[in-house]
Amino acid sequence: MTIQRSRPSLPSNDKRWKLVNATMRRSGYAAHALIEALHSVQDAFGYLDEDAMIFVADSLDLPLSKVYGVATFYHLFMLKPQGRHSCVVCTGTACYIQGAGSLVEGLEQRFGVNPGETTADGALSVMTARCVGACGLAPAVVIDNQVFGKLNNDALNAKLEQEIAQ
Amino acid sequence: MNVDDLEELADKHRQEQAGITTEVRVCTAASCQSSGALPVFEALNANRDEQEHANCRIKSVGCMGLCSAGPLVAVASTDAPLAEAQLYRDVSAADAPDILTSAKTATPLERLHCPNDMPFFARQQRIVLENSGVIDPNSFKGYVAVGGYQAMVTTLTEMTPAEVIAEVTTSGLRGRGGGGYPTGLKWSTVAKMPAGQKYVICNADEGDPGAFMDRAILESDPHRVLEGMAIAAYAIGANKGFIYIRAEYPLAVERLKTAIRKAKRAGFLGHHICETEFNFDIEIRLGAGAFVCGEETALMASIEGGRGHPRPRPPYPAASGLWGHPTLINNVETYANIAPIIRKGGNWFAGIGTEGSKGTKVFALAGAIRNTGLIEVPMGTSLRDIIEAIGGGIPGDKAFKAVQTGGPSGGCIPEAHLDIPVDYDSLKTLGTIMGSGGMIVMDETSSMVEVARFFMEFCMSESCGKCIPCRAGTAQMHELLDRIAKSTATHKELALLEELCEVVRATSLCGLGQTAPNPVLSTLRYFRAEYEQRLRHQDAA
Repeated sequence: MTIQRSRPSLPSNDKRWKLVNATMRRSGYAAHALIEALHSVQDAFGYLDEDAMIFVADSLDLPLSKVYGVATFYHLFMLKPQGRHSCVVCTGTACYIQGAGSLVEGLEQRFGVNPGETTADGALSVMTARCVGACGLAPAVVIDNQVFGKLNNDALNAKLEQEIAQ
Repeated sequence: MNVDDLEELADKHRQEQAGITTEVRVCTAASCQSSGALPVFEALNANRDEQEHANCRIKSVGCMGLCSAGPLVAVASTDAPLAEAQLYRDVSAADAPDILTSAKTATPLERLHCPNDMPFFARQQRIVLENSGVIDPNSFKGYVAVGGYQAMVTTLTEMTPAEVIAEVTTSGLRGRGGGGYPTGLKWSTVAKMPAGQKYVICNADEGDPGAFMDRAILESDPHRVLEGMAIAAYAIGANKGFIYIRAEYPLAVERLKTAIRKAKRAGFLGHHICETEFNFDIEIRLGAGAFVCGEETALMASIEGGRGHPRPRPPYPAASGLWGHPTLINNVETYANIAPIIRKGGNWFAGIGTEGSKGTKVFALAGAIRNTGLIEVPMGTSLRDIIEAIGGGIPGDKAFKAVQTGGPSGGCIPEAHLDIPVDYDSLKTLGTIMGSGGMIVMDETSSMVEVARFFMEFCMSESCGKCIPCRAGTAQMHELLDRIAKSTATHKELALLEELCEVVRATSLCGLGQTAPNPVLSTLRYFRAEYEQRLRHQDAA
């Protein structure tokens, strides 16, 4: 006899949970849908909080430790809320050779945040990526999911100030 | 459906375009998009007049190669190869009216002209990239019109699985992900496993920093990869495929999804493909930013929804892979080579390249070089040709110092060895590897100790932590390299570094750890003096 488990109810009335639930339902709530489910949480909410991980664990019938283990293993998953704007500095080899390090330093000087941190006013998160594949345009920076190439410190700071002001 | 039916379909699609004599192609791959290709594309469409430019169409295409000159626009007759196109560089939206006028009157626009007879283009041989920059990657019809899916239909209707494998074996194709394992042998190993559930996986987790070949192939010609995977599935007896792709490549993911959807709708994927008994379905799985997932066992762990931890081999994926079933894993570029091999024959492919490495290889040129971008050359082309002739040399009167291949698993090659023909085996003798095809050129301003430290930092933070040699060894090696770079290390510490390299290489569980010492070993081999200059002299032994 198979025991029919009941699915957990959505954590809140927030419509975004329905998107997350739909992703898991598409794969029949199979355990291997875990990474897809976490992607959809992050797409919807911007990061993974405890409520989300508990919901995903219950839905896929996985221990919370496994969900937490996967969420912390992959660099792309964020466990803290992100700033309104994101700035990802590519630190791949080509960008490294062309001065990505000085871009990171410049951001630290101008905005006071290191990679992985968000400014106190929640305006900007700075991150680094291993390679965004825009090596022909090194050094490359991804601002709010848009790639900008051949940047220097001044141009990058100006661009970010403009984004934040908008 | 047989080959004649497909030819008829291709003809029909070509007829639909009969009124069009000229195409204005805009590269909308990721690199040109970040240089502003989309506004150019929109401006061209806005300026195109239905009557005046009736025989001219604006087409979004994939990568043309010369990323440093983007956004690139080409004016050509329908589906003509890149070599016959009029190429324009650094195009902006304001140039749209002029480009349309010149396309209409067939007079080249001198001020934007980008010579495509220069060595960067002329020295290439495009097999994998034959459609790249020519067809619209989002168009199923466009792919069929240039002979797409011919190879798949031929295999399904006229060849046995054994014949397909024999053809691939004859071609001498070796895995393009970096290992260089003979593709035909891999296929036949999986094919020999008892019938039952089998899987085909396409490894599109292009994690090597400095490599963007696979991204460009997927963004420019996604159907070619699907076709290669379907042929592989038929050959080994699989009915399910996965493409594991980095989430950092959103455009490639989107174009792949479109391609899969359109292929399914046309009956070229799914149940009873082209009215044969063959079923094959492809699913996309997104990575989440872990370099180790490029390793095949870690990749499978990730598809199964877990942490990307590798496991010891054997058993190899061919015997026990995804969920314990026999699994074939090949890289994007490997699958992209399959359709031309079936269309033109294994012997044709084996006629290109060197004794041990057949065919062509796509390289991503980046770093201190004039022409950055994507090139495809026959195996055996010399590094000097690639860097000086095709790449246009080093900008800014600086001297060449080294070229780095193979990413964090590879090494640096100095000037003295530039004349070596590039293939799997020659690079190995130089202490580096072919890798997936990233080539980063460094000029005299790059410090080799810092380059080694950069790669070690990469391996240290990307180590999955499962085995101790890699987890602890890379951290210790990074610490030593940091001390050398900061001129606080002694000769003894350099000796310790070399010993650690050997230990980590010999005892790590997977390729990440086993090859992590390569950048150190190769820079020590060719640039030892740079290390020694930074040691504290009073401690000299």
